[in-house]
Amino acid sequence: MTKITFIQPDGEGQTVEAENGLTVMEAAKLNDVAGIEAECGGACACATCHVYVEQAWREKVGKPSEMEEDMLDFAFDVREESRLSCQIKISDALDGLVVRVPEKQF
Amino acid sequence: MSVTAPAQEATTSTEIIETDAVVIGAGPCGLFAIFELGLLDIKAHVVDILDRAGGQCAELYPEKPIYDVPALPTVTGQELTDRLMEQIKPFGAEFHFSEQISTLSREADGRFRLTTDAGTEFLTKVVIVAAGGGSFTPKRPPLAGIEDYEGKSVFYSVRKIEQMRGKDVVIVGGGDSALDWTLNLAPVANSLTLVHRRDEFRGAPHSVDKMRKLVADGSVRLLIGQVTALEGAGGELSSLQIKTANGVESVPCTAMLPFFGLTMKLGPVADWGLNLHENLIHVDTERFETSEKGIFAIGDINWYPGKLKLILSGFHEAALMAQAAHRIVYPDKKLMFQYTTSSSNLQKKLGVK
Repeated sequence: MTKITFIQPDGEGQTVEAENGLTVMEAAKLNDVAGIEAECGGACACATCHVYVEQAWREKVGKPSEMEEDMLDFAFDVREESRLSCQIKISDALDGLVVRVPEKQF
Repeated sequence: MSVTAPAQEATTSTEIIETDAVVIGAGPCGLFAIFELGLLDIKAHVVDILDRAGGQCAELYPEKPIYDVPALPTVTGQELTDRLMEQIKPFGAEFHFSEQISTLSREADGRFRLTTDAGTEFLTKVVIVAAGGGSFTPKRPPLAGIEDYEGKSVFYSVRKIEQMRGKDVVIVGGGDSALDWTLNLAPVANSLTLVHRRDEFRGAPHSVDKMRKLVADGSVRLLIGQVTALEGAGGELSSLQIKTANGVESVPCTAMLPFFGLTMKLGPVADWGLNLHENLIHVDTERFETSEKGIFAIGDINWYPGKLKLILSGFHEAALMAQAAHRIVYPDKKLMFQYTTSSSNLQKKLGVK
């Protein structure tokens, strides 16, 4: 099981365990992590699973695909480290991943 | 100069449309409802806030494959929509696109009167709410106080280009809507600024080219960044704070057009007195009728114990709903269950015999 930490806007951290192959969004939903809506259920058709990837993990997590960039246009306060969590696949390489949850999902 | 009365919009004299059924929503379930109703000789008018049929399938995932529609191992959202449109063609349902039902009330004779935001009026025997996740409405940017400016200096659509003449217009977005309005309004605006978070645009390439030409000749200013705050008073904008790579800039703005896509909102359905269960319409599983006799709800918008938000579920619900609707539309007619494979009557209606 891979460990992922979600940090809320107030600094509160929550570490969950998830199976490889799931997405970071699914890990959040399965563990009732607050602040991640995933309105479209992970289809890359909304922008409500938006997270900020911690600096140390950005290279391993990688950049958004073109389709994801198109959807990120609909998110708010998009930063260099923004990703849609439904597009980040969990693997051993991401064990210990830390992401921050935005103030609000657009 | 004499004071003239305020100009009034030419009122089109709309006759009230009398029909058997009004289907609210032209997504897959609303479309298949037309089929099931049509087999039972129930004529339908369909209303949808989008400018085309397909609902969530056409709007959110036209190119994405759906794997769980029975008999179709894989079908894209758009393909499913097109196939349903073909299937319902024999019944000649009338579509009213880009309209939203705003009021619903019951008349003395038991029929329902519905009005849309475009002034269309219906008198109908039954209503089928197939509103899916809710009406697609423009997303509101989460900027503090933006609601105060909406309709006065923040607009999500433009009815008249003249409305923008002489204004300092700021358009936010990177798709076709933002680009089209940039091209349409540049000639009339006092100044036009296009703001997008990145220098890549989702819109049609030739629209992007035309925009870049306007930027090159100075008619349009392109700002790569994001709006962080609105400034103004009494609903009238004076400027926007925009964060770019160079820091925060205050840009003069008297009209802002944000194009951040669409989101689904329950809308006026919430005001019709129907029993709701967490913003979904509670129905029975025999007729898929709501707490109001004659108003049915099918598809994602309804709820009952065990409900699954699957297209196939909505199809089933449409079939049973039609049987119940028939009893209201034709109270004196006997409903004989028939199969399309063997009934020459049905086949004639479908135009296959």
